[in-house]
Amino acid sequence: MSSRPRPTAGVPALDIRNLTVEYGQPGEPPMAAVLDASLTIMPGEIHALVGESGAGKTTVGNALMGLLQAPGRITAGGITIGGKAVDTRTGRTEGITPGLDVGAIFQDPMTSLNPLFTIESQLCETMRHHLKLSRAAAQARALELMRAVGIPEPERRLKCYPHQLSGGQRQRVVIAAALSCDPQLIVADEPTTALDVSVQAQILKLIRALADERGVGVLLVTHNMGVVAQVADTVTIMLKGRVVESGPVAQVLGAPRHPYARSLIGAVPRIDVRMNRLQAPSEATPAADAAREIVRKQMTADTAAAGGALEVENLVVEYGGRSWLPGRSAKAFRAVDGVSFTVQPGEIFGLVGESGCGKTTVANAIAGLATPKDGAIRLSGREIGARGKHGRALQMVFQDPYSALNPRLRVSTALSEPIAFYKLAATRAEAAEDAAVLLEAVGLDRSAGERFPHAFSGGQRQRIAIARALGPRPRFMVCDEPTSSLDVSVQAQILNLLKDLRDLTGLSMLFISHDLAVVRQMCDRIAVMQAGKIVELADAETLFRAPQHAYTRELLSLAPSLDSIARAPAPAHGA
Amino acid sequence: MLAALASRLAQALLVMLAVTAIAFVMFRYVGDPVAMMSREDASPAEKAELRKTLGLDRPVLVQYGEFVGRVATGDLGVSFRNQRPVADLLGERLPATLELVIVATILSLSIGVPIGVLCALNPEGKAARLVQTVSLIGISMPTFVTGIALILVFAVILRWLPSFGRGDVVLVGGWTTGFLTKSGWASLVLPSITLALYQLTLIMRLVRAEMIDVLSSDYIRFARARGLPARYINFHLALRNALMPVVTVTGLQIGSLIAFAIVTETVFQWPGMGLLFIQAVSFADVPVMAAYLLFVGFLFVVINMAVDLIYTIIDPRLRTRRA
Repeated sequence: MSSRPRPTAGVPALDIRNLTVEYGQPGEPPMAAVLDASLTIMPGEIHALVGESGAGKTTVGNALMGLLQAPGRITAGGITIGGKAVDTRTGRTEGITPGLDVGAIFQDPMTSLNPLFTIESQLCETMRHHLKLSRAAAQARALELMRAVGIPEPERRLKCYPHQLSGGQRQRVVIAAALSCDPQLIVADEPTTALDVSVQAQILKLIRALADERGVGVLLVTHNMGVVAQVADTVTIMLKGRVVESGPVAQVLGAPRHPYARSLIGAVPRIDVRMNRLQAPSEATPAADAAREIVRKQMTADTAAAGGALEVENLVVEYGGRSWLPGRSAKAFRAVDGVSFTVQPGEIFGLVGESGCGKTTVANAIAGLATPKDGAIRLSGREIGARGKHGRALQMVFQDPYSALNPRLRVSTALSEPIAFYKLAATRAEAAEDAAVLLEAVGLDRSAGERFPHAFSGGQRQRIAIARALGPRPRFMVCDEPTSSLDVSVQAQILNLLKDLRDLTGLSMLFISHDLAVVRQMCDRIAVMQAGKIVELADAETLFRAPQHAYTRELLSLAPSLDSIARAPAPAHGA
Repeated sequence: MLAALASRLAQALLVMLAVTAIAFVMFRYVGDPVAMMSREDASPAEKAELRKTLGLDRPVLVQYGEFVGRVATGDLGVSFRNQRPVADLLGERLPATLELVIVATILSLSIGVPIGVLCALNPEGKAARLVQTVSLIGISMPTFVTGIALILVFAVILRWLPSFGRGDVVLVGGWTTGFLTKSGWASLVLPSITLALYQLTLIMRLVRAEMIDVLSSDYIRFARARGLPARYINFHLALRNALMPVVTVTGLQIGSLIAFAIVTETVFQWPGMGLLFIQAVSFADVPVMAAYLLFVGFLFVVINMAVDLIYTIIDPRLRTRRA
């Protein structure tokens, strides 16, 4: 592949010195999104930039990609890319050309390509603009790039539109576009967060190979410590816009020095060993303890909802297949194909698998949100699901706490509504009191009820969603990826909360996740699903120690984890 | 693709049958055709005779079948008022309305789309705010007010342009056109601006809203991150995505313009379909009204099909999957 001359060895692909990025309209006190941050990436190095939401890691990436949105501006510091100094006096990055000097890889391959244009046109337009290639030359190079990023049948795929490619293939196209003008540096903002573990492993391998073979420096913005451990050479940890720790991956992840770095790494669920609790600050307060005691009494005294064993027998759910026009091919898609399992009272049962394996459909069928074609679902011996009726004994916690709460309902209204609906409180005031107790039990203040959902962070909203699910005093809770949209330290808190509630009330849970480490920490027994079927069902410990099915072994081997880095021995209990 | 087209055609036929049924009911039951067509002093025997010649004594379904047959062959009956075939009347008036609507649509698209894009590119700018305010007035002003105001200023006070009619028209193969004469163009200016004003504001606001949406999408951010020039991103990439809903709205608007240009045509005494319809209503000219109903139904069905077809052309996701 034709290549622009590389700078002499020893010249960093990226050098950021004391970068400060501020937001704020003129006249207002500015808010620093990035404060005095420095980092250096050598050619061929993959440098991970980690931190939780609001840490400023994406702002650094955006500044480099020329995507800093007004009123954000660079107010101090210098940037050098491949030895070329960037003029930041205007507040943005003048003198570097996005696409030519810096390649970009975005998070969601499903949305980063324009649906109305062919792959070829989207690859070629960048090269024709920056490298002034002729149409034929750009097309020839596009084909080379498609081969380089490992897309099968590249000639045919070039003529395709984005929707005709899978997520993994689209991300390869995005990487090809990032590489097309042979940049010194690639900024990859959460490049695998939207992908399944097997695809994630392939994409990470590709990025590693490109760094090694082409000597391109990669700034890998991510929140996933497993990804960092697997692919990065160096890592920088940010907290509230500042760099708190930076260095080789093994050193920073293995023996973090800064307290925040320690707590962040400690909060990552481990896939190698099960711990009683995840490492997170204790939330025990007298008010919370008292509230939990009330909840425990209410729930254990509730004889109407005794039991809590869930039996799923030969469940089949199909999508599509109905068509009102005769003669149209009506092929149904079998999302769940003969799934059977039993959840014991007080058990947390895990359901894992990649996207499209049918795990969420199982949850929906149990919750009455999908109609089974065949099979039976019984809760405490009574048939449910088929008619969509399960009463209050079964409640659900959804993945996205931002859309799970009605933004127009006060939290206390959202919580007391189901309590009043099931006549669990005699008066409106009693229902409101129950709601306040539930808020305390999930670790919030009782005054939180007076506010609307937008006043809360993602983690707080998920606590509210859990409190709402507890309101009807269920015996069974379906948790569909309850922490996958949360930061790692918040995830640890929520997982601990769910465990506490199970221990407190003896409630059973179906816990759905794609994150094997989370499942290992949470679940008593685990079923692995693939293409609508359960391929392996075992004790959590047995499954992780001695996986039987080839697919389980594959999933386990692909899951990015911190295992490769020596970690401090597991403490007996969370701090 | 073919199957989809066939099912779309079948749906269109169903809609047209339903519209025909309504037109037929109108024909048959709104007023008594015999009473309208016979002389006032006709004897009952004469009326019965007429009823028989018109075939009104036969079963309703047979009559409906014949009605559909006649409509399908283009025979829309004879106007009560001037005793001429309705198809001929429509044929005479259609060119006037179509020319007016075509000019108005071209005006509103060629002005509305660029202004909408410019407003979306700098939504907080002074110009964008001014346009938003002015367009709010444009969208809420009734057509007859703008029409009369335009007549007052440009025809009465300034005397630049004619205030009514089509001017001189030329007959080109059965189609009367005002595009070939100077007075024809002059007469088009005021009514087409009046008609276009609402469209223009609608399209502008729609393009602006869609563009703002599209500009914040990931694929446009990705295009920016690839360093593509702003003009190329805005006008080549983003505009194409933003125009998707505009196609639907413009299609439906063309339909309503043709069908309901009544007010504008009345204000400017434009010899189009709207005027024909108004006159038909005031004379209870049922065949004309029924034909008009059929025509409007047909128009919307055709436009909807065209819009669907255009969608499959511009949106690859709607084509059959090949990969």
